Amino acid sequence: MDQEPTKSTQAILQDTPIARFWTGFRALSPIVIGVIPFAMIAGIAAIEVGLSPLEGQSMSLIVFAGAAQLAGMQLIDSGATPIVMILTVWIINLRFMLYSASLGQHFKNIKTIWKAILAFILTDQAYAVSILEFEKNAEKPHKHWYYFGAAVLLWITWQLGTAAGLLLGTEVPESWSLDFAIPLTFIALLVPALKDRPAAFAALAAAVVVVLALGLPYNLGLPLAALAGIGVGMFTERGSQ
Amino acid sequence: MNIWLLFLAMALGTFASRFSFILLFGRVEVPEQLKSALRFVPPAVLSAIVIPAVARLDGQLLISFANPRLMAAAVAAVVAWRTKSVLWTIAVGMVVLWGLQAALTLLSGY
Repeated sequence: MDQEPTKSTQAILQDTPIARFWTGFRALSPIVIGVIPFAMIAGIAAIEVGLSPLEGQSMSLIVFAGAAQLAGMQLIDSGATPIVMILTVWIINLRFMLYSASLGQHFKNIKTIWKAILAFILTDQAYAVSILEFEKNAEKPHKHWYYFGAAVLLWITWQLGTAAGLLLGTEVPESWSLDFAIPLTFIALLVPALKDRPAAFAALAAAVVVVLALGLPYNLGLPLAALAGIGVGMFTERGSQ
Repeated sequence: MNIWLLFLAMALGTFASRFSFILLFGRVEVPEQLKSALRFVPPAVLSAIVIPAVARLDGQLLISFANPRLMAAAVAAVVAWRTKSVLWTIAVGMVVLWGLQAALTLLSGY
């Protein structure tokens, strides 16, 4: 019985901002292994679609969004109009609003400039690792330091991986079909997203609409299909309640 | 359009999504309607990107066993489902595509 207070006092002493930062950093470290090839693909794809190394690295630095960057480059490659590229990137990254809403309650009492920095480096991985920790250890302080450690490691990995891909990309022959790694990456992200019936229907509806809309100019089928998928997903969910 | 303006526009919209509710939390309530819509963004958008990229061969829709990209994508989807690994999905998908392309090249040689 005496042990409890001792333990928690010790825990509070240990949970300094720096300690929390490193705990988050370490929690994300195994995920890095899977992110490196993805980041390299972002670099390789930039070269494949004709961007300069400076442009490729800058895209990773300022947009910093894997799936959206790859989609943007796919659209650059197929000659889509800028407005379609921009809208596509925005639509793909709308999911960050959900993460933002979910994390926001844990970052309430911090300075706005801090909030902006934390938001800028928000990723699927940093979100997933952090929200799991916040739910498990709700009483621990300095949550944003934990998240910051996880998110910063992913940011560094993404920049270095992109740079490695940019260096390799110029030497990859076209017959290797490495551009196929882009849709493969999306398949790897899509399959876990099909976690229930409404989500599967959303994907199916989007697939049907995008095929029907293949004749439309400027890849307009993509935003149309995305909206149709979201609509069908919500409709299916409402129907099953 | 200047590529830097393009990147800037992409970055601003992306940052707006990331910052939105981290900034607003405590000031506004997240609407339920928005939450339920956002949940379907990943499956809908990813599907709309994947399908045209794998179901077309030389710009033509080809939903057939003769489309090596479609076949490799199907195998990759199974790998993604079983392993939940981006790395394995890419590795197996690429190897299957290379194998099928080599087989098609051999066949067309005769």
